[in-house]
Amino acid sequence: MFSYPTVRTSLIFVAIALVSLLFSDIAITSSNPWQDLGNFFLGVVTPNFFSSEGLMTALLRTVAFAFVGVAVGSASGFLLALVYRFLPVRIFCNFIRAIHELFWALIFLQFFGFHPLTGVLAIAIPYAGIFAKVYSEILDEADPEPRNLLPPGTGVISAFLFARIPDCWHQIRTYTAYRLECGLRSSAILGFVGLPTLGFYLEASFSQGLYSDAGAMLILFYVLIATIPIWVRPKLLPIYVLSAPFFLGEGLPIVWGNVARFFTQDIVPAPLRNGEGLAGLGPWLNDLMVNAALPGIWNTVILTQIALVATGILALLAFPLVSNHFGGPIRRTFGHVFLVIARSTPEYVLAYILLQLWGPSMLPAVVALALHNGGIIGHLIGRQTNSIRLRPDAPKGFNRYTWELTPRVYRSFLAFLFYRWEIIMRETAILGILGIYTLGFYVDSAIQNIHFDRALVLILITALLNIGIDTLGRYIRRKLALQTMPTC
Amino acid sequence: MSAFEVSGLTASFGGERVLGPLSLSVDKGDKVALVGRSGAGKSTLIRLLYQQVGQQASLVPQDLGLVNALPVFHNVFMGQLDRHSTWYNGWTLIRPFAADQSVVSQLLGELGMAEKLWTPTAALSGGQRQRVAIARAIYRQSDLLLADEPVSALDGPRAHQVMALLRDRFATSVVAMHDVELALAYCTRIIGIQNGMVALDEPSERLVASDIMSLY
Repeated sequence: MFSYPTVRTSLIFVAIALVSLLFSDIAITSSNPWQDLGNFFLGVVTPNFFSSEGLMTALLRTVAFAFVGVAVGSASGFLLALVYRFLPVRIFCNFIRAIHELFWALIFLQFFGFHPLTGVLAIAIPYAGIFAKVYSEILDEADPEPRNLLPPGTGVISAFLFARIPDCWHQIRTYTAYRLECGLRSSAILGFVGLPTLGFYLEASFSQGLYSDAGAMLILFYVLIATIPIWVRPKLLPIYVLSAPFFLGEGLPIVWGNVARFFTQDIVPAPLRNGEGLAGLGPWLNDLMVNAALPGIWNTVILTQIALVATGILALLAFPLVSNHFGGPIRRTFGHVFLVIARSTPEYVLAYILLQLWGPSMLPAVVALALHNGGIIGHLIGRQTNSIRLRPDAPKGFNRYTWELTPRVYRSFLAFLFYRWEIIMRETAILGILGIYTLGFYVDSAIQNIHFDRALVLILITALLNIGIDTLGRYIRRKLALQTMPTC
Repeated sequence: MSAFEVSGLTASFGGERVLGPLSLSVDKGDKVALVGRSGAGKSTLIRLLYQQVGQQASLVPQDLGLVNALPVFHNVFMGQLDRHSTWYNGWTLIRPFAADQSVVSQLLGELGMAEKLWTPTAALSGGQRQRVAIARAIYRQSDLLLADEPVSALDGPRAHQVMALLRDRFATSVVAMHDVELALAYCTRIIGIQNGMVALDEPSERLVASDIMSLY
């Protein structure tokens, strides 16, 4: 078995995770973790939908920000996809999507303040980068033959409209709809940095111990996501997109002086701003690397590797829950509900809740990342097993799991896992804002201390780390000949 | 008068020569049938000819090149995309003009599928799809037809009807086909291809079916 490259690669990653575990800080530090958890679940089963009108407003804002952000991102992404073959465009798109929505929000908050534009751009910019990449891949796959047959002299746009778009339209639509679901999650967590979406409401409820209010919010959010096929209809879409900008709320007006100051003063490295010249840049950068960047990178990488393996284990344990090869319809229904909840809850929300209950350490982050990502992969793999036909006398139960199914889906399982490696790292970095010592923690502290120059360098480092992991993940997938479709 | 003339045509696949060197001169008014065993190089020759004439010909490739997501009308209309402005074409995608509709609809009527005007191409049978590609080629209104097995999926009477239509609508044509009887009936000149070379080139009135069978 050890001669299989996929098995060897998996074992190497498990070993790395075990070594990382030695250096990690995994603990439950709160005094009454189980009682808190119990109170929280009690809140979820006794939701309070009517405590304040704030909940409905937050829900409306969440949907509005998601629609505007995804619409702007998708339109710009489409234009970028048309020129995606040029290397500078590809680098640009890779870069903007390597920076998490919340980091974008933190940047825009510094100069646009709590203006709706902050939330819209925080979603639209990284999404444009992702849309550009995926759209261009979809467009490249269009059948070239109809284009070859067009009469010479056909205009470029006419040729594009007739011979390329119709062939890809279905895929473009499916992917965009799928991204809208991701956009709702992104929009919800923007509340954690102060925008008027569900995250803000959740944080407010939690800080006052109003678990029933928080439970109501979570339930509404699941219903919102689960009913997307019902309320998002092609015919209604233009209405949603056109009216969404009017539901973003007023926010606070932009102070243009802040914008100018941000670009001309705030983000200029301190030594240059204070006239120390290039000579002062060395010690400044050194201090930044030693006291913020390196510890941040170290913790981010450790946590990512542990969370990656935890995600894999959870996905492998979870996929039988929704597979037709095991259990009856009742157990499968519960399996589906569990996986829908796991994958619809943004990592950030899960981590926030667990952190409140268990106290600060890497544990809530690992569990949150594993639950969310494991839920997604488990769902995809489980669905895949449903198309496998076993011989009539195939073994049952545990033997069926180990001998028949797992070997057959293992390659696509690894493909999904390595695809999500970069996503897990991006999320790990961002979870630092909650107080775990990953890169996001150092970015957030730099911003709180009004050191925007330092914050920006740290965000750049985070982006480069993500691009590095993305490249490595792609290399491993190519090496092992694994293929996958994009997931978010 | 010569419709086109090519010389020294060659094609290789995986380092192995599959066609030529081959020279060919086709006069205006020639209705050429390319016959020969499958794999002899007929499809490759049709492709090369299409490139040689600068894509000025109407081409019916073997895999048809239809846009499956579009209805029959739009697939046929694509034959004249070069004649209209981008705005006209773009609007046609949303709401076709009545004049175009009636022309395309009449053409489809001659091919026996007028009622399929708005059917998505993906929902058609193999023979119907073949006729859509033929309609597109005719709609393009060029003088030269290059076609690769255009009637292979049509039943007997239908194949005759379509071949007659192609003969009447194009001044000059080069059609690859395996049906010897159809080739003799609707073409004026038979070119036999064997191992990538011209093995036979005669006016069809001088040939009978058995002369051609030796190529197979």
